[in-house]
Amino acid sequence: MKRFFGLLLLIATITSCKQTPLHLSRIEGKRIAVDTTIANSPTIDSIIAPYKKKLDLEMQKVLAYNPSDLYKDRTKPETNIGNFMADLCYTRGNAVFNKRTHKTVDFTLLNFGGIRAGIPKGSVTLRNAYEVMPFENSMVVVEMSYQKILELFNYLAKSGSAHPISEQLQLTFADKKLTTAKLNGKDLDPKRNYYVLTSDYLQHGGDRMNFFKDPIQLYNLDYKIRAAIIDELTAIDTIHAKVDGRMIRK
Amino acid sequence: MKRRTFIQQSGAASLFLGLGGLSLQSFQNKDTKHITILHTNDVHSHIEPFPATDRRNANRGGFSRRATIVNSIRKENPNTLLLDAGDIFQGTPYFNFYGGEIEFKLMSLLKYDAATIGNHDFDNSIEGLYKQLPHAKFDFLSANYDFKNTVMDTHVKPYKVFVKDSIRIGVFGIGIELDGLVDKRMYKETKYLDPVTVAQDMSRILKDEEHCDLVICLSHLGYNYKRNPDKISDLKLASLTKGIDLIIGGHTHTFLKKPTIAKNSVGKNVLVNQVGWGGINLGRIDFYFDKAGKESTGTNIIV
Repeated sequence: MKRFFGLLLLIATITSCKQTPLHLSRIEGKRIAVDTTIANSPTIDSIIAPYKKKLDLEMQKVLAYNPSDLYKDRTKPETNIGNFMADLCYTRGNAVFNKRTHKTVDFTLLNFGGIRAGIPKGSVTLRNAYEVMPFENSMVVVEMSYQKILELFNYLAKSGSAHPISEQLQLTFADKKLTTAKLNGKDLDPKRNYYVLTSDYLQHGGDRMNFFKDPIQLYNLDYKIRAAIIDELTAIDTIHAKVDGRMIRK
Repeated sequence: MKRRTFIQQSGAASLFLGLGGLSLQSFQNKDTKHITILHTNDVHSHIEPFPATDRRNANRGGFSRRATIVNSIRKENPNTLLLDAGDIFQGTPYFNFYGGEIEFKLMSLLKYDAATIGNHDFDNSIEGLYKQLPHAKFDFLSANYDFKNTVMDTHVKPYKVFVKDSIRIGVFGIGIELDGLVDKRMYKETKYLDPVTVAQDMSRILKDEEHCDLVICLSHLGYNYKRNPDKISDLKLASLTKGIDLIIGGHTHTFLKKPTIAKNSVGKNVLVNQVGWGGINLGRIDFYFDKAGKESTGTNIIV
């Protein structure tokens, strides 16, 4: 038997030496939808279950009511969810800033990519707050020169994305250039500095918002954006968010 | 190398032994080798399916259903690899509460073979990623992140060679530039190296030194940047390099109905694929190898 196997091995060796190289003859590619037609795996479900139970208990807490869908829309200059976020950050952040410094925030600028989900119509839960703002980013106030403010406007003009601004600011762009800028209905003053509220992520150069780097002064509010959302939703009964033409692109 | 020769020999020997009662047809079938590549990208902590109230993706996705699909494909073809192109973390409270533990545990249970690192995988800082490594039973691959002066040093390989049915499959990872995308306080001393130079070097090593039959790039660069054509993307990487057969991408959450067939720097085909995000799709690419005969010309791509 041993000899027989040895012989076979010898033949096999010869055969494999003679083997012609493999040729990649065909490639097929497709996308498989992971949808309701596919059964669950009981093993995986049992692993998820304890994590899910603990989390759901926490997350189902209702904080407020939302009368209409709030959602992101890349093609629009402003969105209802973006305005809601920028305005609540202004209100909540400015209260802390004003108490500490007796100064007032001029406006808020966040980034479109930082809003991670919409808020569907209906009960707003703690889960919604986590989905809209999963990141651990905190609010900061950046003291900036008029020149840097112009850089900020220029960035918004060129980007074309619906980066959220708070209601104090009204901007109009045409052909990716700034045409008008009003703060509380007035022109900006080239001689004064401005206080802009944003996230620590953007202040560190996130989304290439480099105008926030090296500020005249930086104020850390030690207040997470998600905490501000949760505080706001807890304080109000009903969300009032709308598109009001604060940013217009022609 | 010696071990590989032995496996080939014994494989051929057992084939010979079993030949007695089999027809010539099945012998020819044995000459065809079939490799299946399954892939996900940007799952972003979507452990469960999207909720019924979700505007776009209601009731889609979920690890549980993905496990069912992967298991049935593995039964059909054991020569299957399951890969992920990064951004495993961040996007549901599962990540905020458990820090990525359940993501890695489930990926290990689904028997993922390898993953590359996306920008959001640094969201709890590089220490946050490192902390979850004990839950991951698969390899992290990145050739253009230099982790030398970080806690991730020695925990990430540039590439790995998988051998399935004696086909050698080389997989390497490529990450996106972190500056301007991730806070430096999060990625710390991670160094980003030029993706084109590194990818070219990797495909040379995998083809010439590792003698791979297939070279796969697991990329988190993003599919294509129309508004910023100078920015490196999967399509650009495909056209600027040679030796790569398939680029599995992520980052841009691009829903490709079917893989894109791009041309590399020497005019050969490269497949580029990406399947959206949130685990709502699974990508599948099947590679069939034949013994090169007289009439075999080129590769038939059916997408």
